[in-house]
Amino acid sequence: MDVLYFAWVRERIGLPRERVETGAATVADLVSELSAREDRYAAAFADLSALRVALDQELSDFDAPLAGVREVAFFPPMTGG
Amino acid sequence: MRIAVQTDPFDLGEEANAFAAGVTAAGAVVTFTGVVRDLAQGGLRAMEIEHYPGMTEKAITSIAERAAERWSLSDVLVIHRHGQLRPGETIMMVATAAPHRKHAFEAAEYLMDYLKSRAPFWKKEIAADGSEWVAAKVEDEDALDRW
Repeated sequence: MDVLYFAWVRERIGLPRERVETGAATVADLVSELSAREDRYAAAFADLSALRVALDQELSDFDAPLAGVREVAFFPPMTGG
Repeated sequence: MRIAVQTDPFDLGEEANAFAAGVTAAGAVVTFTGVVRDLAQGGLRAMEIEHYPGMTEKAITSIAERAAERWSLSDVLVIHRHGQLRPGETIMMVATAAPHRKHAFEAAEYLMDYLKSRAPFWKKEIAADGSEWVAAKVEDEDALDRW
């Protein structure tokens, strides 16, 4: 699946998007997998309450299943307007 | 209904006039405009606005459709810019048209409340002494409760 990062999450991880091969069942499982990779991921995902997640461009939550999902995006709370 | 997500500046007067000209039967047109203000006592050089292409358009369309249905709007316009903007530049505008002003005002407030916390934009203030992501405010999230 494609994993996208925005704003300070993108800056902390150091890239805007990447292709991830994963068997993670939920968003939380994917976060654990990524956090175990390298410190920069662990740092970005240290406080999940400061993050939001979208699955296929719809806001979702960290308990949500990943089955059939093609695009996951992590970002801080939005500041539009 | 028109939703535009763009880097280019837009002419507020032209947009408002064109919108009003298309809804002459409505009776009430409300517009709101957001402008880059200089919060850091003159030190703000620019506001960098990042967004999530694809999701942004979808999220705004769905917010605008909900508003149009709830307040029986004749028309809705949302223009939101991204990229690097300077203090004083127009960031975005919404316009709503309805038969009565109460509906047009309420719908515009609803649009603004949702655009603020549910449209995937992120603002970064670039000042002379560094740059910082603008943090979302608890009040902005709480503002959604009234709807």
